Amino acid sequence: MTRVLIVGAGPAGIRAAEVLAGAGLCPTVVDEGARAGGQIYRRPPLGFGRTPEKLYGSEAGKARALHGRFDWLVAQGKVWHLPETSVLALRDGVAHVLGETRRQIPYDRLILATGATDRLAPVPGWQNAGVYSLGAAQIALKAQGVALGRQIVLAGTGPLLTLLAMQLRAAGAGLVAVLDTAPMRDQLRGGLAMAAARPVVALRGVSMRARLGNLYHAGVTLERIEADPDHGVQALHWRNARGQSHRTACDMAALGWHLRAETHLADLAGAEFDWCPSARQWLVRCDDMGRAGKDLYLAGDGQRLLGADGAELAGRLAAIALLRDLGRPAPAAYGLLRRRARMQRFANAMARAFPWPAEAVAALPDDTVICRCEGVTAGTLRATLPASGPEANRAKALSRVGMGRCQGRYCQLAGAEIIAADQGLAVPRAGRLRAQPPARPAPIGAWLSTPPEREAE
Amino acid sequence: MSQPRLVRLAETARSPVRFSLDGEELTGLEGDTVLTAILLSRRALRRAEFGPEARAGFCLMGACQDCWIWQEEGGRLRACSTPLRAGMRLRSDAGDWPGAGA
Ligand code: FES
Repeated sequence: MTRVLIVGAGPAGIRAAEVLAGAGLCPTVVDEGARAGGQIYRRPPLGFGRTPEKLYGSEAGKARALHGRFDWLVAQGKVWHLPETSVLALRDGVAHVLGETRRQIPYDRLILATGATDRLAPVPGWQNAGVYSLGAAQIALKAQGVALGRQIVLAGTGPLLTLLAMQLRAAGAGLVAVLDTAPMRDQLRGGLAMAAARPVVALRGVSMRARLGNLYHAGVTLERIEADPDHGVQALHWRNARGQSHRTACDMAALGWHLRAETHLADLAGAEFDWCPSARQWLVRCDDMGRAGKDLYLAGDGQRLLGADGAELAGRLAAIALLRDLGRPAPAAYGLLRRRARMQRFANAMARAFPWPAEAVAALPDDTVICRCEGVTAGTLRATLPASGPEANRAKALSRVGMGRCQGRYCQLAGAEIIAADQGLAVPRAGRLRAQPPARPAPIGAWLSTPPEREAE
Repeated sequence: MSQPRLVRLAETARSPVRFSLDGEELTGLEGDTVLTAILLSRRALRRAEFGPEARAGFCLMGACQDCWIWQEEGGRLRACSTPLRAGMRLRSDAGDWPGAGA
């Protein structure tokens, strides 16, 4: 039987697994989470008591359906699930994974449903304790029932900014401000196109926003995070749309500018990349079904940033493409493709409504830390450019921006803006950081102690 | 400013789990991650290696690697994605374990 490996058990990975299981293939699903669901539909550990309605609000039905479906597939033996397991490397049709033990999993076809992380723009002071990503604040609330501070400021832009604000307030967290860097005129223009593509979703966003009242500010410029080295964040300094300065006292600041596709494994699997001017990042080259290379398929936010509903569609489509490529009967794709196209129109409009703050990043002061892993500043990066030239991989080698433990996940987009602005180039000309294995840091002991288990061929 | 960083908002009816951090006995709840349990008593997990500031995690999804802390046995663990287990003995610095800060 064809051995299919799916990486990621979020909405895309679950739907892909479902379609393949329905065709009689028994895919292996490797996921870093303890329980399937991904980030958006992340489940708390066993023993927690809140209902899906409490955790996922209007999306509770979708979450229940996905979780129930996947648990059933695993219980029936139709899917082999490896939770709490990271894929570290992919080579010659073998995935090297690390969970409780190290294993090698040979596969014939690979579906990557690796999702996304928050897209971060550095703000002076963001290296301090008490600065988190927006996604982190949501994970803390959903999966642990905690707030990451007592006086919380949310800053950045995108749908999560408003959604998270509502979720924190409903849970009783101390929210003191919601600072949106998107100017109101972009939000109006993009918002109309969003409403045209998905009226219900767009309206839900508008009504949530209205309920935030005067906590919410649009068109904000973030100046710096004031912090004490021992105690962490103390205040956020910002200017409103009219240019007036504010200082908001807080002990936590969560930042995020929509999402960044997680493409590390796709790179290791040999995928090609194109610069996407709308998402303003490098995305994997693939067809609408998710075919990205020989025996390689992508689905979900790691492919195109279409959100959870789009990810379910993309997961199904990738599995259908895989079945067709094997010459097996497959469900029809037409309706799914049409809905996916609507999600793509919505996503493009959203990118216009909630833009990445390119100019602010390019103009960051020299003493701003760009690489949080190793404390490398914008000034250090700029100073290496005369020697390294504008190519991002060479600038990384000399400045170490992108070389830390996160492997550039949180600094490379900002780094490219700074390089491009300094050298007077368009951002894609700075190039893309090539991914290196391991995709996650792995303890050397895992390699020294025991030989890996190898799955039966 | 010596209040712990995190606030529990829900899910408080879970059994206590004892662990230690830098020799101090602390208690978390079953189902807490190591990060959650520590930051309900402290303001940070560790110091940065390349700057003066304290660190308390950043992404909580295993992507940024900001949340490493040490175990007394010497190994490191990623606090945001490691469940708390009874009897864990954790350290916010490498101590004199050779090379543990690298
Ligand atoms: S906080 Fe980012 S990896 Fe743990």
